[in-house]
Amino acid sequence: MRNYANPTNFLQLAGALIPLLAALTGALLCLGLSLAWFVAPPDYQQGETVRIMYLHVPAAWLSLFAYIVMTAAALGTLVWRHPLADAAQKAAAPLGAGFTFLCLATGSLWGKPMWGAWWVWDARLTSVLVLFLIYLGLIALWRTIEDPGKAARAAAIFTLVGAVNIPIIKFSVDWWNTLHQPASVFRLGGPAISGSMLWPLVVMASAFTLLFLTLHLMAIRNEILRRRLRRLSILAADAEESGITRAGSSMEAAYEQ
Amino acid sequence: MKQTTHAKSKSAGASPLHALFTRELRIGHRIGGGASLGVVFFLILVTLTPFAVGPDLALLARIAPAMLWISGLLATLLGLDRLFQADHEDGSLDLLLTSAAPLELIVLTKCAAHWILTGLPLVIAAPFFGLMLALPANQLWSVTLSLLAGTPALTLIGAIGAALTVSLRRGGLLLAILILPLCVPVLIFGVAAAGAAPGAMIPFATPFLILCALTLMALAGAPIAAAAALRHMSE
Repeated sequence: MRNYANPTNFLQLAGALIPLLAALTGALLCLGLSLAWFVAPPDYQQGETVRIMYLHVPAAWLSLFAYIVMTAAALGTLVWRHPLADAAQKAAAPLGAGFTFLCLATGSLWGKPMWGAWWVWDARLTSVLVLFLIYLGLIALWRTIEDPGKAARAAAIFTLVGAVNIPIIKFSVDWWNTLHQPASVFRLGGPAISGSMLWPLVVMASAFTLLFLTLHLMAIRNEILRRRLRRLSILAADAEESGITRAGSSMEAAYEQ
Repeated sequence: MKQTTHAKSKSAGASPLHALFTRELRIGHRIGGGASLGVVFFLILVTLTPFAVGPDLALLARIAPAMLWISGLLATLLGLDRLFQADHEDGSLDLLLTSAAPLELIVLTKCAAHWILTGLPLVIAAPFFGLMLALPANQLWSVTLSLLAGTPALTLIGAIGAALTVSLRRGGLLLAILILPLCVPVLIFGVAAAGAAPGAMIPFATPFLILCALTLMALAGAPIAAAAALRHMSE
C-alpha cells in the first residue's frame, strides 16, 4: 500500500487500472441503463418519470461519497503532507460538484411534472444545494491559491471544517423545513422499494461509483502530470533566465572590450 | 473572550493577549471609524428593504427578523477579510505566530475584538432598526437577544475563512463564498428565535438554545481551525 504512495508507482498502477475500470463502468452503465429503461416497471403513481430516480439517487449518493473521499484525502494532506493526497483532494472536488449538480438537475427535472415546480425549498433539496455551494467554494479556493502545496492545505482545512458542518447544516435545514411546511407532501416514503426497482438501482449505483473511481484516478493522474509539468516549466524558465543573464553579461563584456 | 479576561486578571494587564486585545480595539477604532461604519452599513441595508419590497408595514413587520439577520450577516462580513490580512502584510502576524501565547487564543482574542467592533454595535442598534421595520414591541427583544447570541458565531466562522484567505490579495469575495454556506445553521436558528413572539407557535427558547449551542461550538472549534489555517498559510 505504501509502495503506491510513490507518485511514479501510482502512475503505473493507475495506467493499468484505468482501462479495466473504464470497461467495467461502461458495461455496468449499459446494463444499468437498459434495466432502468426496459426492465424496471413504471411506478403506479409516478408513471414513467420514476426512471429519473435511477440517475438521481446514485448521483445523490456519489455527491456524499466524493466528500468522504475528499475528507480522507484532506487528512492525508494534513497529517502526512503527501502530494498524492493533495492530488486526490483536488481531483475529487469538481467530481463531487458534478455529481451534486447532476443530482440537483435530475431532481429538478423530476420535480416539474411531479410537484409542478422546477424547484421547491424542500429540506433535502436545500441541504444538497448548500453542499453544492460548499463544493463550489472549495473549487474556488483551489483556483485562487497559486502555490499547489498551500492550496492543498487550505482546501484540506476547509474540507474538514465542512465535514464537521455538513451534518449540522443537514440537521438545521431539516428543522427549518419541518417548521415551515410539513414534510409529508414531498416525502417519497410509502412502502419499501420493490425488488424490480431495487436491482436496477443497485446496478446503477455501482456503475456510478465505478465511474467516480475511474474519473478520480484519471484526474489524479492528470494532476500529478500537471505538477510535473509545472515544476519542469519553472526549471526551464530558471535555466532560460540564467542563460539570458549570462548572454547579457557576455554582451556587456563584449561592449567593454 | 473568557480566556482573555482570565489572562488579564492573572497578570494585571501585562499579558500579551490583553495587549493584543487593546491593540486590535485601538486599530479598529482609528481605521475606518471602527464601530460606526458597520452600523451605517446595517442602517443602509435596513433602509433599502422598504424600497425593495414596498412600504407596506404589515409585510415589513413580517420579514423584519429575517432582514435584520441578513443585514447583520452581511455587516459582519465587512471587516473580516482584513482580520488577519493586515497583520500578514505588515509582518506582525509572524510575530503573533512566534509568540509564546497559543495561536488559538490569539485568534480568539482577535475575534473578540472584531466582534466588539462590528457585532456588538449591530446588536445595540438592532432594536431601533427593528422599530423602523415596524417590528412589534414584543419581538424587539427576541431579535436583539438572538443577534447577541448568534453574531459571535458568525465572526468565529468568518475567522476560519479569513485565515484561509490571509495571503490572497483579493480574498474578500472568496471569503464570503467560503463561509456563507457554513453560516446557514446560525441563520436558520437565529431567524427562528428572532421571529418567535410570546404566545406564537414556536417557543423562543428552543431555537435560542440551539443558537447558543452553535455559538459555543464555534467558540470551541473555530479558533483551532483558524489557527491551523494561519500556520499553514503563512509558511
